Amino acid sequence: MARLGILRPSLPPGALFGALAEFANPAELYHACEGVRDAGYTRWDAHAPFPVHGLERAMGLKASRLPWVVLVAALGGAIAGMSLQGWVSTIAYPLVISGKPFFSWPAFIPITFELSVLGGAFGAVLGMFAMNQLPTLHHPLFSSTRFERASDDGFFISIESWDPRFDRDRTVDLLRRLGAREVELVASGTELPE
Amino acid sequence: MNDPGSHSSPSRPAALRSGSLWLPPEHSWRRLPMLGLVLAVVGLGGSLAFGFMSEANRRQLWHSWLVGSLFVLSIALGGLFFVLIHHSTQAGWSVVLRRIAEHVMGTLPFLALPFLPLLLFGMGDLFDWSHADAAQNALLLHKRPYLNVTFFVIRNVVYFAIWSAMAVWFSRLSRLQDETGDHELTRRMRRASSPGLILFALTVTFFAFDWLMSLEPEWYSTIFGVYFFAGSAMAFFAFLSLAMIAARRAGLLTEVLSAEHQHDVGKLLLTFVIFWTYMAFSQYLLIWYANLPEETVFFALRSAGSWRIASAALALGHFVVPFFFLLPRSVKRNAAPLAAVSLWLLAMHLLDLYWLVMPALHPAGMAPSLLDATALIGCCGVFLAAFGGALRRQALVPLRDPRLPESLTFENL
Repeated sequence: MARLGILRPSLPPGALFGALAEFANPAELYHACEGVRDAGYTRWDAHAPFPVHGLERAMGLKASRLPWVVLVAALGGAIAGMSLQGWVSTIAYPLVISGKPFFSWPAFIPITFELSVLGGAFGAVLGMFAMNQLPTLHHPLFSSTRFERASDDGFFISIESWDPRFDRDRTVDLLRRLGAREVELVASGTELPE
Repeated sequence: MNDPGSHSSPSRPAALRSGSLWLPPEHSWRRLPMLGLVLAVVGLGGSLAFGFMSEANRRQLWHSWLVGSLFVLSIALGGLFFVLIHHSTQAGWSVVLRRIAEHVMGTLPFLALPFLPLLLFGMGDLFDWSHADAAQNALLLHKRPYLNVTFFVIRNVVYFAIWSAMAVWFSRLSRLQDETGDHELTRRMRRASSPGLILFALTVTFFAFDWLMSLEPEWYSTIFGVYFFAGSAMAFFAFLSLAMIAARRAGLLTEVLSAEHQHDVGKLLLTFVIFWTYMAFSQYLLIWYANLPEETVFFALRSAGSWRIASAALALGHFVVPFFFLLPRSVKRNAAPLAAVSLWLLAMHLLDLYWLVMPALHPAGMAPSLLDATALIGCCGVFLAAFGGALRRQALVPLRDPRLPESLTFENL
């Protein structure tokens, strides 16, 4: 699921990573997300084996900034394409081609177009990776065996311990009140699991 | 869908129980046919009266008349395209919009009316190839088996017959489903839609060759039919956006049409802005690069005098400005900016047609005429009368389409 896009601080091994709560089905997850959102938490995430419609609104996620990355990368590709061809044809190696001017911009449009598409595509994929902090080879939540079901039939909310509103007891309490079947505290670990 | 837990959707969604699915008895839109009729009579009548005052006026009249007729016809063809694509792709999201598109394509039989005087009286003033002395021109003599008056008239009868038959047939089945709720009708429309698209592509291509390309009969461009289609589809999506926004402001379909539907129409509008540009530039690049005199004459004419300004205005106003304006999500989801860009694009589509037709008459530069306005008003009147008449007779959405519930709850992810 989409993260809130906030860099995770590096915690010492064994420190508290956060609270992990399991819910029975997408509807309960959805309503619990609304509750966590309304309680004012910002450093948290929801996990489900499949996309749950409208969950980003229940979580209060803001619109992604990825489109701006794509726009800048696409414009960059376009400028690079046009200036490369312009530079080659007018400065580096001016050559008369079928009686056209050196700077024949209409002939440069196809490559400019292709490079803006290429730039936009790279911007979208690499920007998405960067915003999701991928690749992340290990994550503290992986130390929970229950969490393995997040890719099968489990629905989870994890609230991270450096959230300004995080309080060990009150956060666990809130998650239980929101209908969690199980709540566990997850330790941070930098070592790979056994 | 605010509550993902409630999967048991009622058999008749709440939105369909509201009263805004039909034109209410005293609604102001009920006067559209009358308004259209007045505009048609005043516009076309005034054009004829003014046009036959002198020979120069008469040539101007038929060229202006052609621009006006093509403007409304291209929107109607875009509507036919939308209905065909909707059925052939078994689209779900657009069911709530299909009735509006059906009314737009339903104007096609009526739009033969403005083309009738063009066929009967206007051809001599429009087409050099229709003159008796065309035989002295070797190129025109060579094209004579295709470009002659008899075959031209036959072809146009065929185009309008095919378009009208498709428009009537698809509207009739759609209306029948409102009464019977028979799902088999949806399957029949789907099966007919793909052959319909082939017929559509062929007729629109040759129609564009006949009425636009043959204005300069020595010139040719194989991509021209697609160019005309691209502009037509774009104009239709601009019209559809305006119709959606106007309907909601007039208190119609308020429970049915959402920002989600508007968002998707906005995306299609942007798509066809880009597609038109792709076609326009492909045509320009190949002609510019090959630099063959019989091809470059088209652009040479359009870079002379004030036509140069019109060409630049098209590149900027038909592509650069609307492209960047339509990119953000918020523009497509909000009524005011989408309505503004739709109006702008309809104006640009009109300029595009003007730019295609008028250099044949005024090679020295743009020469706006009163007839341009009166003919346009008259043709829009015919369109409005036919469109408004259809609105009065049917529900504003396909009431019993099997995919209607899907369309009502449609959301962009």
